[in-house]
Amino acid sequence: MKRVYVNEQWCLGCHLCEYNCAFANSGIDDMVKALKGKDIFPRVHIEDGEDGIHFAVSCRHCKDPMCVKSCIAGAISIEDGVVKIDRDKCVGCLTCVLVCPYGAVAPGPNGAAQKCELCLQNSCGAPACVTGCPNNAIVYEER
Amino acid sequence: MSEYVIIGNGTAAVGCIEGIRSADSESSITVISAEEHHVYSRPLISYYLEGKTDLEKMKYRPEDFYTKNNVKLIYGKAVKCDSKKQFITLADKQKLHYDKLCLCTGSSPFVPPFEGLDKVKNKFSFMTLDDALALEKALDKKAKVLIVGAGLIGLKCAEGIAERVGSITVCDLADRVLSSILDSKCAAVMQKRLEEHGISFLLGDTAVRFEKDKAVMKSGKEVRFDILVLAVGVRAETELARQTDCEVNRGIVIDTSMKTSTDSIYAAGDCAEGYDSSIGANRVLAILPNAYMQGRCAGINMAGGSSVFDDAVPMNSIGFFGLHCATAGSYPEDGEVCEEQVCGGIRRLYIKDGRLYGYMLIGDVNRAGIYTSLVREQTVFNEEDIDKLKKFPTLAIFSYESRRKKLGGVV
Amino acid sequence: MREHFIYPEFEVVRNDNRCIQCRVCERQCANEVHRFDTDLGLMISDETKCVNCQRCISLCPTRALKIVKSDCRLRENANWSDETIKEIYKQANSGGVLLSSMGNPKPLPVYWDKMLINASQVTNPPIDPLREPMETKVFLGKKPDKIRRDENGELITETAPQLELSMPVMFSAMSYGSISYNAHASLARAATELGICYNTGEGGLHEDFYIYGPNTIVQVASGRFGVHKNYLEAAAAVEIKMGQGAKPGIGGHLPGAKIVGDVSRTRMIPEGSDAISPAPHHDIYSIEDLRQLVFSLKEATEYKKPVIVKVAAVHNIAAIASGIARSGADIIAIDGFRGGTGAAPTRIRDNVGIPIELALAAVDQRLRDEGIRNNVSLIVGGSVRSAADVVKAVALGADAVYVATAALLALGCHLCRTCQSGKCNWGIATQNPELVKRLNPDIGSRRLVNLMDAWRHEIKELMGGMGINSIESLRGNRLMLRGVGLTAKELEILGISHAGE
Repeated sequence: MKRVYVNEQWCLGCHLCEYNCAFANSGIDDMVKALKGKDIFPRVHIEDGEDGIHFAVSCRHCKDPMCVKSCIAGAISIEDGVVKIDRDKCVGCLTCVLVCPYGAVAPGPNGAAQKCELCLQNSCGAPACVTGCPNNAIVYEER
Repeated sequence: MSEYVIIGNGTAAVGCIEGIRSADSESSITVISAEEHHVYSRPLISYYLEGKTDLEKMKYRPEDFYTKNNVKLIYGKAVKCDSKKQFITLADKQKLHYDKLCLCTGSSPFVPPFEGLDKVKNKFSFMTLDDALALEKALDKKAKVLIVGAGLIGLKCAEGIAERVGSITVCDLADRVLSSILDSKCAAVMQKRLEEHGISFLLGDTAVRFEKDKAVMKSGKEVRFDILVLAVGVRAETELARQTDCEVNRGIVIDTSMKTSTDSIYAAGDCAEGYDSSIGANRVLAILPNAYMQGRCAGINMAGGSSVFDDAVPMNSIGFFGLHCATAGSYPEDGEVCEEQVCGGIRRLYIKDGRLYGYMLIGDVNRAGIYTSLVREQTVFNEEDIDKLKKFPTLAIFSYESRRKKLGGVV
Repeated sequence: MREHFIYPEFEVVRNDNRCIQCRVCERQCANEVHRFDTDLGLMISDETKCVNCQRCISLCPTRALKIVKSDCRLRENANWSDETIKEIYKQANSGGVLLSSMGNPKPLPVYWDKMLINASQVTNPPIDPLREPMETKVFLGKKPDKIRRDENGELITETAPQLELSMPVMFSAMSYGSISYNAHASLARAATELGICYNTGEGGLHEDFYIYGPNTIVQVASGRFGVHKNYLEAAAAVEIKMGQGAKPGIGGHLPGAKIVGDVSRTRMIPEGSDAISPAPHHDIYSIEDLRQLVFSLKEATEYKKPVIVKVAAVHNIAAIASGIARSGADIIAIDGFRGGTGAAPTRIRDNVGIPIELALAAVDQRLRDEGIRNNVSLIVGGSVRSAADVVKAVALGADAVYVATAALLALGCHLCRTCQSGKCNWGIATQNPELVKRLNPDIGSRRLVNLMDAWRHEIKELMGGMGINSIESLRGNRLMLRGVGLTAKELEILGISHAGE
C-alpha cells in the first residue's frame, strides 16, 4: 500500500505541506479564500528540532493502529489499509491523540479528531503535502 | 471447530470477537449480553445527554457487526458457570457449552450503604445507556442535581447534563476533582473550568445521610436536590468467576495472554485484573482502550494464536467544556516534577532516572501520544533529550536513524 | 563613521490581500528579509537585505510576493549611471575591491545573437530527426593526420586517448567549495546519466563521487588542491586550468570560513585556512613548462587519459592556442569573458577578456592555417545559453562546449549574483548545511538531464534543418552561419558572410 513518507534529509522545514494540506481539505477552491486570516488545522505537521532538524509527520496508517483500538466511539476504522476517522461519530475525546505514538492525530476546527487520510476524500487525487513539497522530502510510495 | 462463548457485550467483547476472527473464521461465537442493546460505547453516554452523539452514532460497531462476524447474540444474563463441564447457564435456564470462554462482564456501580438512600426517589447511577436514558427522563431545566463522586463518571455526567438542568453540585470525599488521574495542581485547573460553567463543588466532604430531597454532609452542610446521581465508584463484575476456581482479587486475575487461572477461561476489560507495566504488577485498569486490547489479545489466544499484551499503562484522555486533559503512567514521588503553565493549561511531567514515568497535560494535549509511548516503552534518555522533552512532545528526541525507522517503514 | 546610505536595489512588494502569513518566505530567506511582526500581525520586509534571488516568490503558495527593481534612482546621467555612482559610494564606505559573481553583465555585444543558422530548401533537403538517425556523439582528443596501415596492410585504429560524449556539451568546472555537495552530486549524476562529463574545478573530488569517475574531468589548477594519484586515475580526463573567463589573469580565493569538514578534506588543506589559488602556475612560464606539466600528468595516468588545457579568451588567444596545441595537450578549452564564477573582482569580471565567439573563430582558423587543427579538440565556454548557441559554436569550429550558468539555472539558480555571500538560498553556492539541503540531487540531476535532453532534441532539429545528420560534419562549417548587424572586420574574424550574401 502506498503511504506518505518523509525523507528527513530533504525536509527544509518550510511548512508548506501544512498549508497545502489545510487548503486541500478545506473544500474551497482558492487558497487565499480558504486560509487567509484563519487558524489552520493541517493533518501533517512539521517538527522543528534543534540543529536544523526538520521533519514532517503525518499518519503512518499503521497495520495495527493504537488509535483504532483505543477510539471510544468506534469512529476510527481501517478501509483498504487506510485508517479513517468518521468525524460524525467522533465525540472529540481525543483518546486517539493520547495514544498515537507519532503525534499524528490532532483535533480539527470543530473539535473532532482528524488525521491524514491520504487526500483520498478530497479533490487532490494525490496527497497535497507530497505534490506541493518543493524538495521531494515527502513522498507517496510503496515501501 | 470450537465453540467460543463471550459473556458481556461491551468493548472487550468486541475486541475478543475481532481477535478470534483474525485467527478463526469458522467456529461459532456466542455473545451473551445482559443489556438489550447493540454494542455501544459506554463512555459516550454523557456525550449522548450533551447532544454530541445519538443512539445511532453511539453504536461501537456497525449495525451488521454480529452478522458479518458470524456471531450469535443472546440477550440474557449468565448466572452460572461450570468450569469442569464447561457450561454456562443463563437466567432463563438455557445452557451453553463452551470450549473457550471469555469473561467480559465489565463493572458495576458501587453504592455505599448511605443511610436513608431508599427514601430518595430520583436517584441514578451513570454507567449504562439505560442509566442515561432514565436520567434523561428526569432532567428538568430547573432541577437541582447532586452528584456524589467527582471522578471521571461523575464529572462527565455533570458536563453532559449541565445545559439541561438548573444547578449541579458535585461532592467527593477526596480533596480534589478527578483524584484518580490528576494531582492537586492539575485538578485545580480542571476544577476552575468546571466552576466557570456553573458546577459547584463540595470537596473533602461527602454525604452521610439522605432524606427525600436533601443530603446531609459530613461537614454538617445540607444540600437540597431534585436529582441524585451516585458516581462513587465501580467494582469489577466478578461473580461468575468466583463460581469457578479462577483467582479473583479486585478483578479476575489474568496473565499477559489474558488467561485466568482456570483452563479455557479468559477475561478481559473492566472485570479483569491484568498486568500494568507502569507499576509492574496486576491491577484493574478500567479504561476503554485497555478493554479492547485485552479482549483482542484474549480472542487471538482463544483461537489458538499467540498474543501477549504486557505493556498496558493507565492513561486517560478526557475533556470538560473544551478543556482537554491527557494523562498516562505513574507518578513517582521521589522523582522530578517538571511543571509548565501553557496557555490556559498546565503540563506536569514526572521524570525519574532519565525516564518519563507519567505526565498530565491540561489544555494543549497535541502529540500527547508521543509522551504516552515513552511511558509505555520505558525509554531512557540523556539529560539533553529530557530537556527537549520538557518543552513539548517531540520525535526530535530520537536519533536520526531511529526516527528513520519509525517514520520510514510500515508499522 | 556612518556608512553612506545606499537605497536598496530591490523592493519587496507584498500583496496583503493574498498573503496568508504562512511565513514560508521568512523561513526560506537566508538573508532575513522577511519577518512576521506579532504586534502588527503582518509580514514585513527589510529590503536592504534582499538580493532578488526569488526563493520567496518561488515558494509563496498564494503568489502574494513580487520583487521589483527599485525606481528610486540617483541623479544619473549618460556618463554617471546609478550603478557607477553606487559603486563609488560602496568603495568610499569600505575601501575594498568590489566583488561580484557570475558572468559579465555589461551590455557588450553577444555575437551568438548576431549570427543566424542556415536551413536547407529544395535542392538539399532537410532531414527529419524524428524519422532519420541523427548523430550527436563526439570524441574529443588528438586525431590522426592520415590513415596508417601496418605491415600487413591492415588499418591501424589505435588513436590517442579520446573523451567520448553523447552530445557536444559538458558541465564546466565548478569546485566543491564554491558550490555545494548537492550541486556536485546533481552534476555528477546527470553527467553520468547523459553520457557527458562534468568538471571538478580545482576543489578536488569528494570521495563519494569517485563512482562517477568515468564522467568526471578533474582539474589541476595553480593551487593544486586535492590533486593526488587516485584523483587523476579516477577521471575521464585531466584539465590544467591556466585561466578562467570570469577573471583572466588572477587567481582565486576561497575564504577559510568555507574550508570546513569535507571541503577541507577534499582540498587536502587544513580546516579554516584560506584556499588561495595563485594567479600563475608557479612552474609554468612558457609553453615548454606547460608541456612538462602536460606530460607529467600523462605519465601519471599512463597516457590513457586526454589532457585538457583551459585558458581564458584574451587578446592573443590564437597564438596562445597555437602554443598549447604544440604542448602535447589533447584538448584546448577556451573560456570567454562572460564566463561565470563564484566570486570575482567586479572590475576584472567586467573589463578583462574577449568574447568567446571571436576567440573561437580566431583559434580555429589559426590552427587550421598552421595545419595543427587535428592535434587538438576545442571546447568553448563562457555563456553558452541554448542549443542554438551550441550549434553556432560547433559551426564556428568548436568540438564541444562547456556550460555552467545554464546548468546552475537548471538547478534553481536565479542569477542574483551574490554567490560570494555564501548564503545561496537555492542550496548551490553555499556550504551552510541548512541551505545545502535545499538542493535535492534527485531533483537537481533530473532537471539537468531534462535540460540536456531538450537541448539534444533542439540540436537535432537545427542539424536536420541544415541537412546535416552528424554533428561532426557541422564542425567548422561556417557556411552554415551568416552575420547580421556586424562590421566587415567582425565578419572577417568570425569567418562568416553577412546575411544576404
